Amino acid sequence: MTKLELKVKSIQYRKTLLGCIKRANAGHTGGDLSCLDILNVLYNRVLNVSPETFDDPGRDRYVQSKGHSVEALYVVLADRGFFPESDLETLCCYRSRYAGHPTRKVRGIEQNTGALGHGLAFSVGVALAGKMDGAAYRAYTLVGDGELVEGSNWESMLTAAHYRLDNLVAIADRNRLQITGCTEDVCALEPLREKVEAFGWAVREVDGHDVAALTETLGAVPFASGKPSMVIARTVKGKGISFMENDPKWHHHVPTDEQYARAQQELDRLLREVQA
Amino acid sequence: MSFTPGAELGKPNLDVFCETLLSLARSDRNVLAVTSDSRGSGRLASFAAALPEQIVEVGIAEQNLVGVAAGLASTGKIVYAVSPASFLTARALEQIKNDVCYSDRPVKLVGISAGVSYGALGSTHHSTHELATLRAIENITIIAPADNLETAQAIKATATMEHPVYLRFGKRPLPHLHPPQTQFAVGKALTVWEGTDIALIATGETVQPALMAARKLQTQGVSARVLSMHTVKPLDVDALLQAARECRAVVTVEEHSIFGGLGEACAAVLMQAGIRIPFRIVGFPDAYLVTGSQLEIFEHYGITAQGLARTAQTMLAT
Ligand SMILES: [Mg+2]
Repeated sequence: MTKLELKVKSIQYRKTLLGCIKRANAGHTGGDLSCLDILNVLYNRVLNVSPETFDDPGRDRYVQSKGHSVEALYVVLADRGFFPESDLETLCCYRSRYAGHPTRKVRGIEQNTGALGHGLAFSVGVALAGKMDGAAYRAYTLVGDGELVEGSNWESMLTAAHYRLDNLVAIADRNRLQITGCTEDVCALEPLREKVEAFGWAVREVDGHDVAALTETLGAVPFASGKPSMVIARTVKGKGISFMENDPKWHHHVPTDEQYARAQQELDRLLREVQA
Repeated sequence: MSFTPGAELGKPNLDVFCETLLSLARSDRNVLAVTSDSRGSGRLASFAAALPEQIVEVGIAEQNLVGVAAGLASTGKIVYAVSPASFLTARALEQIKNDVCYSDRPVKLVGISAGVSYGALGSTHHSTHELATLRAIENITIIAPADNLETAQAIKATATMEHPVYLRFGKRPLPHLHPPQTQFAVGKALTVWEGTDIALIATGETVQPALMAARKLQTQGVSARVLSMHTVKPLDVDALLQAARECRAVVTVEEHSIFGGLGEACAAVLMQAGIRIPFRIVGFPDAYLVTGSQLEIFEHYGITAQGLARTAQTMLAT
């Protein structure tokens, strides 16, 4: 998939995503838009997994530790053919498989998440098993920045470095916001890179909305032999919709009819610009 | 030679667990022990020495222990996550609930030094809550083996179980309660002593005092049945109902709070089956527990031959 095709996908995913959230009248809109370009690059350029190989022991594993951004993941999985796109219409509906956080009832989902600070430990286990078996797969996990205050993440970071898990890749969705406000006001994470490096990881920072840069960075793992890799993806919560960007109110806000129409118009305009 | 339950002293269940796990792991390299600086006061050291590639040490980090175990299990590893019951089931409860049970990862959670095995070390080290908490979580089997045979058989049985399981036991040497050829099955209570006046339904390391109580009651002319309800969930409802229909009273015994454990599980079954007979739950009260060894604490709360016999006599007299 070319860089242009990836850029087009990023916009189309946003259009589909907002449709799902609007229809369900539920969703973590801001965080979905923050991590959507990362998911785009992962599933279209990086991960060695497909609907056909999802049961293959050698597949790459992706675990979304920030489970609340599940709508973004559903949109990408549907596009990749893990399930019919029409299934998205049942998001959060009575008796739907498509709950507001990831579950293994949905094809393509590796692990049930939603409570924060769980994805990394699970991925350490997956990566450790890969090392034991001499398997070629990698374990990828996406963590939110607000989520990084959960102590369990730092336990897992210690274990990952101890076992030299260079087949493990954590991506931090560093949008600097959480439900209450700025991460640095709630409980300061900075200097994040230095902290993670001090825990024995190799770290790179990247613009989390630049699909070319993401492709290059995620294609360069491991960043150091014998070390787990962390990508700090600098992102914008609500990215792509002018009035949603950098506003914590959009953490789990659903657009009104008027806001929805405006958002779709902005995306249509962007799509025409990119395609021109 | 005939077998007398309780006559011969065996080993601590912890030792039997370590030996059984080592033997399973020797024949299958996918069998792993995962520990959080929790090798059972060195009893898993021989496992680590014999099969260093099959033990994963995560340090003192129980949440991480359970999450990592779930990840390992997701790849097909047969994972025994071993940690003191108190820390494993309280510190890492959310990991047990989500990473293991909700996600249906067949981790074998092994709570060592369970109940009040740590004795005088105090309440921080006791697990008198986890039968209640884990019973209320969907998709987990709970087993508290009463002797060495039950422990060895339970560990072997769990190796092939496809869903989560929690095992709890202590570290005190226990007498053999069953003849060597006994068939153990998860979810099927074992009868340790036959009787028809009163049923003592116990689990884990309280089966021994229940048996001693039954023998004491026999000398007093009371016929007491003793069941080892090693599987607390799913409960052996058939054995429970049969005991309640064939006896005049039921006493449950557990190394756990009287809230939410074996006793309340049995009470719910009996009430909903319409069986109204004298019924008593013996365990730890909703109170700050006394300081003492495991056996001193048992004694204080009436979990002894004498205490349970007295409880039984009182119930049959009413
Ligand atoms: Mg954030």
